[in-house]
Amino acid sequence: MSVDEKTVRRIATLARIGLSEAEVPALAKELNAIIGFVEQLSEVDTTGVQPFTSPVENKMRRREDVVSDGGYAQDVLANAPEKDDEYFAVPKVVD
Amino acid sequence: MSKLTDLNLAQARDGLASKAFSATELTQAHIERVEASDKLNAYVLKTPEKAMDMAKASDAKLADGTAGPLEGLPIGVKDLFCTQGIRTTASSKILGEFIPPYESTVTQNLWNDGAVLLGKLNNDEFAMGSSNETSCFGPVNNPYQGANGENLVPGGSSGGSSAAVAARLGVAATATDTGGSIRQPAAFTGTVGLKPTYGRCSRWGVVAFASSLDQAGPITQTVRDAAIMLGSMASFDSRDTTSVERDVPNYEAALTGDIKGLRVGIPKEYRVDTMPSEIEALWQQGIDWLRDAGAEIVDVSLPHTKYALPAYYIIAPAEASSNLARYDGVRYGARQAGVDIDDMYANTRAAGFGDEVKRRVMVGTYALSAGYYDAYYVKALQVRRLIAQDFNQAYEKCDVLLTPTTPSAAFAVGKKVEDPLEMYLNDVFTVTVNLAGLPGLSVPAGLDANGLPLGLQLIGRAFGEEQLLRVGEVLETAAGFTTRPKEWWSA
Repeated sequence: MSVDEKTVRRIATLARIGLSEAEVPALAKELNAIIGFVEQLSEVDTTGVQPFTSPVENKMRRREDVVSDGGYAQDVLANAPEKDDEYFAVPKVVD
Repeated sequence: MSKLTDLNLAQARDGLASKAFSATELTQAHIERVEASDKLNAYVLKTPEKAMDMAKASDAKLADGTAGPLEGLPIGVKDLFCTQGIRTTASSKILGEFIPPYESTVTQNLWNDGAVLLGKLNNDEFAMGSSNETSCFGPVNNPYQGANGENLVPGGSSGGSSAAVAARLGVAATATDTGGSIRQPAAFTGTVGLKPTYGRCSRWGVVAFASSLDQAGPITQTVRDAAIMLGSMASFDSRDTTSVERDVPNYEAALTGDIKGLRVGIPKEYRVDTMPSEIEALWQQGIDWLRDAGAEIVDVSLPHTKYALPAYYIIAPAEASSNLARYDGVRYGARQAGVDIDDMYANTRAAGFGDEVKRRVMVGTYALSAGYYDAYYVKALQVRRLIAQDFNQAYEKCDVLLTPTTPSAAFAVGKKVEDPLEMYLNDVFTVTVNLAGLPGLSVPAGLDANGLPLGLQLIGRAFGEEQLLRVGEVLETAAGFTTRPKEWWSA
């Protein structure tokens, strides 16, 4: 499978990474090399093999359903690029 | 007495206990050495005032008998660990001047035990790299230089940590390992690097790269120091759902020097065609050392080894593309303006991420996208299980595995930066361990023809750190690695 320039633009949009047109050809080449490398996996017979999602087979731990943390909005907002009262501020989303 | 900065962690600890010097003196000596180390670029943030405050508090505790296991010992912290009130960047422009309002569990454990913070250490951006060249703060230089005085990489992603320990800019350093990022830099700098079992050290407050692979561990001068550091770094933490509820043993007590009857497995698949003869020779030397110490050498097979790097380069980017979605310029970090919110996201991420991070986020996005998810991502997870099963089968015949840590010694800055795939091959011997969630230890074992350090890797069973460290110390003693780099950087 090869990654063409159209696909590079589509992935960049999905990943929300702005790309200039000048960056696209080099990136297509690099992604193709990486995808070409990982294609080796198709040689492996994985029929019936369960996907391995975590080295730790922990059950999710339960805790009391109570408020255990919070109440410090200003700490949470301290690193915000832009804020307004107790809210993060972003460019207008709805016209 | 030798200089205070010549001491390893255990020696410094014992010197403090016997009152041969104070924590303030020890810390001051290290601060001065760190100040004179800018040519290495190991520290991205120095915290001398904080260090002196902590050292004074340690001296009070040492005096009144309430000292912790690491009381008064000055260390460096990889800039991937959140430190409360102290800038944490993951060496990425996108985090800007982020000041964490909380402390990572691992570093909190270290402070609770008395350690002193000298500063934050350079690393590859978001820990993505094998040479510390993807950092937004620029590359770290290996304290060891090439035959013609050229600058070499210290390995990565924990290159600041490995360089700092090799140059004695702290008695030890914290690091993290997702595909080899503790062990490969340790091998490149003549230091000891321990990647613990997945789940042994909490990931809470450590900037996430690939969550099913990331694990924190120490880089130190000696195996004993690694045992001491792990004893403090490891804990059960309910804030990390993959943290394992298990007591932390006394790792230092496990260093008995006795490995008689231990079965050491030699995986034949690690004998790759391109391996330089001096690495092959060092590996054989390691086998002989362990046999001479009473171990039994067993040939084993890990048949899916060849597929570990390809699986890793699906799984790690996939997890990274998800983890790094949070850097959108809304809640923290450096925002770039845009005509609307989507444009703001795209501009923020275009300006904030470096080339390697962009590549990996895009590979991960591709592997997880509609139509490719089963062919790439699920396939890689299936291969990951086969790799883990390879280890389980090998451990029916042996107790620990011995391999080289890396396929070469440290290379020149700039040499591999243009070829991502060649860079990835650095992790060929280390990445299997992360995929299986096992502990791995790199021990400095020899020098190449140019006088550069080479490491041997020991791989243990899950939660087999005591045995791993015991064998590691035997290997370390046999190798007798005492080389120190020439101090060109302080001139």
